[in-house]
Amino acid sequence: MEEVKLLGFWPSPFVYRVIWALKLKDVQFDYIEEDLSNKSELLLRYNPVLKKVPVLIHGGKAIAESLVILEYIEETWPQNPLLPKDPHEKALARFWIQFGLEKMRPIHQAYFPAIGEEREKAAKQYQEVLKIVEDQCLGDQRFFGGETIGMVDIVYGMLAYWFECMEEAVGVKVIEPSILPRLHAWVNNFKQVSVIKDNLPHHGKLLAYYKTLREKLVSARSTLPTPSNHDAS
Amino acid sequence: MAEQDKVILHGMWASPLTKRVEFALKVKGIPYEYVEEDLSNKSPLLLKFNPVHKKVPVLVHNGKAIAESLVIIEYIDETWKTGPQLLPEDPYKRSQIRFWASYMQQVFESLVLVIKSSGEAQEKAIKEVSEKVKLLETGLKGLFPDGIPSVDEFSKNVTLLDLFVLAHFGEYEAQEEVLGLKLIDTDKTPLIVSCITALIEIPAVKKSRIPHEKMVAFLKSYREDALKSATA
Repeated sequence: MEEVKLLGFWPSPFVYRVIWALKLKDVQFDYIEEDLSNKSELLLRYNPVLKKVPVLIHGGKAIAESLVILEYIEETWPQNPLLPKDPHEKALARFWIQFGLEKMRPIHQAYFPAIGEEREKAAKQYQEVLKIVEDQCLGDQRFFGGETIGMVDIVYGMLAYWFECMEEAVGVKVIEPSILPRLHAWVNNFKQVSVIKDNLPHHGKLLAYYKTLREKLVSARSTLPTPSNHDAS
Repeated sequence: MAEQDKVILHGMWASPLTKRVEFALKVKGIPYEYVEEDLSNKSPLLLKFNPVHKKVPVLVHNGKAIAESLVIIEYIDETWKTGPQLLPEDPYKRSQIRFWASYMQQVFESLVLVIKSSGEAQEKAIKEVSEKVKLLETGLKGLFPDGIPSVDEFSKNVTLLDLFVLAHFGEYEAQEEVLGLKLIDTDKTPLIVSCITALIEIPAVKKSRIPHEKMVAFLKSYREDALKSATA
């Protein structure tokens, strides 16, 4: 089998999407940690357009953008499928993946660096969007993928672990069990899945990372940065 | 496919996202019914079929609804095997098309900003779009190392990325007229221009070209409305 390498950055939830997909399909790969403040020649060569991680390198060919990588993994290693077979069901799964990308991104960018009263307002907006996901995508299922996790679970995985650290850094909770009971249950179920449980960054380190990141964003707000919620760059 | 296949597309005639899907249906020769939506007065059907986003385009196939242009086009490609395959068989080539298709979203968002803004904000947006368009051009260079093929060959091998380029930049002459500047041209972005030139010769596409004046009028009023509400 051709060599598989993954260029990553340890706190990035986007990188973990790829790690989980590869592990769920039992694909052997080499993980290479990138220092994003000092990008390697490898990263610049294999993702010259966006210079971001994750980048998957398979047999010398590079694929960038976590969602594009997930589709590639699904097509290249069809065992343990992560997307439904039925074309309409598959389209629905992809819709919710795009929904997460489009609807949640601006709300997340408003929430994470929010200060004072803005935080409650941003949290409420976040809850409204998550309620839609909870009602119309998760429903009464254990996972977004049904009985077992699928690509939608993997893509929303950030909410199950990284988000707790972000909530703590911001100081205002979003995924309250009284407001989003089923999503809250999903968070706990998702973290218990063995492939997920065994492949998560260190909680303490992650919390410290987000606290520091948030401080930087808050203090830089007068110059209006756009915190990247894309793949980590 | 089945004779009883019923395909309805809910769209807005000037929306590039609707055009993406229309081009896909046309190049694959899929018969469909088109429902024009007044976005200020959305039909109950649209609200029923896209309760989450309430946006166009929405494709309804035998009563089942699919939303999000890229998702719709992948569905079309998987369901109808007539005409060109909009995503190649090879997973790596597919990933390249998908990468640039998702990049088009960023290009589109910057383009909308250029149309909706003025003064310094517009200057900034123009700079951004120019950089992104330049990158898109290099992407196309990687996908077409020998240049754009003949119209005949192209029409058999067109991918969803090509359709996206057509959807967003096909009316570039109207965009130029309204904005007073060239976003694409044969000097800086020769591949994008030759891609569009070839695609509009495909009979199904040629037939559905929007008259220049109609597009100019729409863009002018879209821009005026945006500028008005920005200062309101």
